[in-house]
Amino acid sequence: MGRYVIRRLLWAALIVFVVTLLTFVIFYVMPPGDPAIRFAGKQPTEATIREVREQLGLDKSLPKQYYTFVERLVTGDAAECPQGVEGCGWPGLWISYDSRTAVRQEIIERGPRTISLALGGAILWLVLGVSIGIISALKRRSLADRLAMGFALFGISAPVFWLGLLALFIFGSEGLGIDAFSTGYVEFSSDPVGWFSHLVLPWSVLALLYAAFYARMTRGNLIDTLGEDYIRTARAKGLPERKVIMKHGLRASLTPVVTMFGMDIALLIGGAVITETVFNLQGLGNFAVNSAASADLPAVVGVTLVLAVAVAVMSLVVDVVYAYLDPRVRYS
Amino acid sequence: MAPERGFQGETLLDVRDLKVHFPTPDGVVKAVDGLSFTVHRGETFGIVGESGSGKSVTNLTALGLVNRKAAQIEGEVLFKGRDLLKLTPGELRHVRGKELAMIFQDPFASLHPMYRVGDQLIEAVKVHSNVSKKQAEERVLELLGAVGIPRPRERFRDYPHQFSGGMRQRAMIAMALTHNPDILIADEPTTALDVTVQAQILELIDHVKREFDIGVILITHDLGVIADVSQTVMVMYAGRAMELAPKDELFRKPLHPYTWGLLDSMPRIAQKGTRLLPIEGAPPSLINVPPGCAFHPRCPHRFQPCDRERPAFADRGGGHPEACHLTIEDKRRLWAERDARRLGVAV
Repeated sequence: MGRYVIRRLLWAALIVFVVTLLTFVIFYVMPPGDPAIRFAGKQPTEATIREVREQLGLDKSLPKQYYTFVERLVTGDAAECPQGVEGCGWPGLWISYDSRTAVRQEIIERGPRTISLALGGAILWLVLGVSIGIISALKRRSLADRLAMGFALFGISAPVFWLGLLALFIFGSEGLGIDAFSTGYVEFSSDPVGWFSHLVLPWSVLALLYAAFYARMTRGNLIDTLGEDYIRTARAKGLPERKVIMKHGLRASLTPVVTMFGMDIALLIGGAVITETVFNLQGLGNFAVNSAASADLPAVVGVTLVLAVAVAVMSLVVDVVYAYLDPRVRYS
Repeated sequence: MAPERGFQGETLLDVRDLKVHFPTPDGVVKAVDGLSFTVHRGETFGIVGESGSGKSVTNLTALGLVNRKAAQIEGEVLFKGRDLLKLTPGELRHVRGKELAMIFQDPFASLHPMYRVGDQLIEAVKVHSNVSKKQAEERVLELLGAVGIPRPRERFRDYPHQFSGGMRQRAMIAMALTHNPDILIADEPTTALDVTVQAQILELIDHVKREFDIGVILITHDLGVIADVSQTVMVMYAGRAMELAPKDELFRKPLHPYTWGLLDSMPRIAQKGTRLLPIEGAPPSLINVPPGCAFHPRCPHRFQPCDRERPAFADRGGGHPEACHLTIEDKRRLWAERDARRLGVAV
């Protein structure tokens, strides 16, 4: 197991390396034209250009420039720049064209909002989806199963923006008027209760959509698994039915759910755009969409990197959890 | 209807006129249709038949592993005097794995791939007895040793995929023996194994039968397996018993044309050069079992009233019960002719 984890860890590191390298090449090496000339202002002298080139580190080798890029991803860049120095912090995450603020700062501010939304929603939908799936699988073709699957169909079909607006309408000033559920984001560190209550609706709306998929998947997998020979063995041993299902059945049917769960979280960290917009959470999703719409390249680079790292990290987590659940994986 | 003569010993299982029918949208599947037999302590009772002849369903029904809601079950399955069909699922669970144990065809699929073999066996110990984990572990190690798994203490921590097929079947047998059951039901225990391993597993089953003094029900489609270890054999076809006899009698003086067909289609080293004669046709659909004798469409000796009257399962003077309308004289003559013809070809 230890060796397996180390191997997966190295893989994840390699993926992050390749992603940052590609991003660097695409955004800083491939575009034609000399950046030093662009940053040196109108009608620059040879000396100014040389000076700018030195400032930006363009005179160094590409690997060294790449190293600077990575270093700035980690430690920060434009934030420490003195005002008015063009091109400072280049190459790095740099500053947004639109807001003229450091992209790194923007991500650090918006990240927790999106992560709160994604993780909270994920826990909710996992619990909800898997429980509904189990009930449906066990009471197949019963009223409970039909209701649960009807709910699943509703959850899959109902668009998030509609559900979200509906929820806001019901709980908002025109409906029940519960202020705690209003839109916007409250910092966890300043007001944990407010943080929670403001996220309840977004979590629920997000969870409703995903829970439906998870319920269907759990139901299908569990029904398949319960047909396996080792389930018959468990029954033949005389195990109580509850243990047959919760221990032997569920363990085998949850492995595909784990894979899906990891990837769903990773993608949501890239931004749950619609939910964030409806509930005015100002997370990474808004940021990504707005910057893409206005061709705000540094911002796009920033969000891309966050998403890539999220996917790499979640794949790692999925692989490790999967290996824990299914020992056959560890040896192949 | 149970055989008059038969194996001497305590009667463990007495199945009386068992019927298991599954209603489906296409019609009623008559998986078992009026079956009676007894199994005694110390006996290996072989049940032989083609796939779909109801061999497995019979035993799964006894264990309560057939969905009672989906099946119509009639008759009695008396296990040490108690009718298993009348027990509640909760009561039956305490019989299962404790007094009645079962091993299955595919040892690759019968162990849970995600739990250690040792833990799966410990679970089997603890489900019916209130012992500490340590005691359970000791019991498991003892059992693994008893079924011939080398270095049990090391293999205990292995996962099923680290075991070979034969080892897995040994582990399954160990699991079945956990609580010293009265009956071990082995459903095609060697079908998925290599031939050499097959022989070892059959030997092991025979060994534990004597060591633990239990009754064994051996379900198989392979007469060769039956010939190795059984004392009594029941031949099944389309959910019914065709013939039930002590093993030697069945092989030397079979009375039913279906048994003849099975024997003719079985390869034997002693009669090298003899042509294998397959039984013409295919087993019937259990939704649409032929009227009269279920075997009559494939039977070379059919006559009136085979297609109308279902032959009773009874001793017609041949020494053991069978279900065929032919007179005992005809049967003896036909078998003798058949034997002579086969030998003639062989010489």
